Amino acid sequence: MARDLTPLFEPRGVVVTGVSNHPGKFGFVALHNVLSCGFSGPVFAVGREEGEVLGHPVLASVADLPDGGADLLVLCTPVGANEEIVRIAAARGVRAVFCAAGGYSETGSEGIEAEARLMALADDLGLILAGPNGQGVVSPPVGLCAQIVAPYPPRGRIAVASQSGNFVSTFLNYAGQTGIGISRAVSAGNAAATSIADYLEWFADDPETDVALCYLEGLPDGRAFYERVREVTLRMPVVVVKGGTTDGGQRAAASHTGSLASDDRIFDGMVRQAGLVRAATIESAFEAAATFATQPLPAGNRVVVLSTAGGWGVVTADAVTAHPDLALAPLPDDLRAAIDGMLPPRWSRNNPVDLAGGETRDTIPDLLDLTAAHPEVDAIVQLGLGIQGNTAALTRSGPFHPDHGLERIVDFHERQERRYAEAAAAAADAHGKPVLVASELAVARPDNPMVAAVRDSGRLCYASADRAVTALGHLVRYAARRRART
Amino acid sequence: MPTLSEADSRRLVEDAGVAVSPWATASDSGSAVEAAEALGFPVVVKLCGEAIAHKTERGLVRLGLSSPDEAGEAATDLLATARPEDGEVGLIVSTMVHGNRELIAGLVRDEQFGPCVMLGVGGILAEAVADVAFRLAPLERGDALDLIDDLGAQSLLDEFRGEPAVDREALADTLLALSRIAEDASVLSVDLNPLIVVDGRPVAADALVETA
Repeated sequence: MARDLTPLFEPRGVVVTGVSNHPGKFGFVALHNVLSCGFSGPVFAVGREEGEVLGHPVLASVADLPDGGADLLVLCTPVGANEEIVRIAAARGVRAVFCAAGGYSETGSEGIEAEARLMALADDLGLILAGPNGQGVVSPPVGLCAQIVAPYPPRGRIAVASQSGNFVSTFLNYAGQTGIGISRAVSAGNAAATSIADYLEWFADDPETDVALCYLEGLPDGRAFYERVREVTLRMPVVVVKGGTTDGGQRAAASHTGSLASDDRIFDGMVRQAGLVRAATIESAFEAAATFATQPLPAGNRVVVLSTAGGWGVVTADAVTAHPDLALAPLPDDLRAAIDGMLPPRWSRNNPVDLAGGETRDTIPDLLDLTAAHPEVDAIVQLGLGIQGNTAALTRSGPFHPDHGLERIVDFHERQERRYAEAAAAAADAHGKPVLVASELAVARPDNPMVAAVRDSGRLCYASADRAVTALGHLVRYAARRRART
Repeated sequence: MPTLSEADSRRLVEDAGVAVSPWATASDSGSAVEAAEALGFPVVVKLCGEAIAHKTERGLVRLGLSSPDEAGEAATDLLATARPEDGEVGLIVSTMVHGNRELIAGLVRDEQFGPCVMLGVGGILAEAVADVAFRLAPLERGDALDLIDDLGAQSLLDEFRGEPAVDREALADTLLALSRIAEDASVLSVDLNPLIVVDGRPVAADALVETA
């Protein structure tokens, strides 16, 4: 039975302690962020200075809270003050505490004792305790940004739980960049009373969340983590990226979280056995999660590569072939015959399907749908889109636009690019298969109409075919494991 | 940590279902020769005892003995090599099994993840190659087959130098046996090294069990 973390992620009201007029202090920043991102419930500030901060009245004590007014307490007060505050707040109806304050177990023996007392107190009072030494909690479905750092991400389907607060920010920055949004995010801090496994179990039942994304360093009780998350992964994909996989990284991780990083090979075996998705890097972890959040799970591993021109298709076919979890689908005869009817004979007549520039107005949308519809195809990687939009961009910015008939052709190119991106999304939706669009234009020219339209469709435009193949590999592997286990 | 003698280690893993090379114990040269004749030549003769964990380093393993004379001589020689600190010693006579492929399998108890079953590529290059993978015990058959799939050197498990492909189900049986051994909390670790692939099936030519 998952612990109910609703008061943490969907509080009815929030109280921030340690609020002062100094805009550099955590209490001020946390209050500012809670007041600035659209949280609709009551917000209370507690601080030592009388008067107002940000036009908000400051209470002298949590004892002044109205009963039941706030169920989330954000602690930005020093270690020595917090136990008393928590005790009083609980009596006023607080049910969850996010302890942003540091000075606990990460600092030595006195901090360890203070953390143990805080945990015991939360346990006695039946409170959820997140942190301490965490950067905060974010929950876009309720407009909650209770953190001492930026940014506030767009709303979406990815839930983040991280043992490093800064990687929460990193993931939220990627969410802002790509538009693939966040449902919940929490910096677990020292994870004293609420562990990554607690968050994952709650996310699995959360109607706002489709996939979880975790940065891990140490798992002091790795066995319990394994036994709990292997149930979670039957219901929801969980992407993990681990720091401290080398001796050098392990030393840094040990001094950071105080927990000993384990032999990476045992961790890796645990990951596979538990059905977790392990990403090699931070950005590929986000991209894997974004892909789970925006593409259907594939029913098998047979991939077709569609390309408007040669080189892209060749290297992507290599990447698919080299991937242990993916197979380059043999091009089915009936699909080949159908494409023969659409293109001049110079097309590749094989997978990768290389149009060799023979496409006309409707070829790419039609081909996407036809390929996605085929029962012997499980997933598509589409390459070489954006060329027309790139051409249009140069034409538009050149000295001859809009004369010489250029306005019309620029508009046509840009319209076509939008159609291609929409066709890719529609093919994925109609046939329940992943269709991943990859182009360097995703980073080189995010204003390209194809890239913009992929983003508008709620999907990720992958910055390279390799990155699309890596993300697709995670989907295929997870889907196969889940089928085998259920 | 104390270790069991090779004889006790072999009994423990055999009881759990691990295939080990055919073997017998002997206390002197005469009984070693009798055992060798019963097993069939060539044989291996080793000195064995609870205090002897690393036989190869001390030259306590005599391989490829092809006659009663060679086996008897090796037995006499080995018994004479025993040191006072070795405590009670005996001999193990086993069939010399042959295969071009050596694996290594075992059980370890990890501080964070508890009992874990390991499988790796064995032989003299094992440490340099470092092709090993783990699963947490208890394993289900699917976990054991996944663990085999995790090895990097998959081509080593296919048909190899005239030998049949490795029987993955039989190898999974070995891994599941190690998983069962993990249920006994007094067993801290198990090493099956080498685990020789004989006609496609894994056979442990040595076993070392460490106990609490």
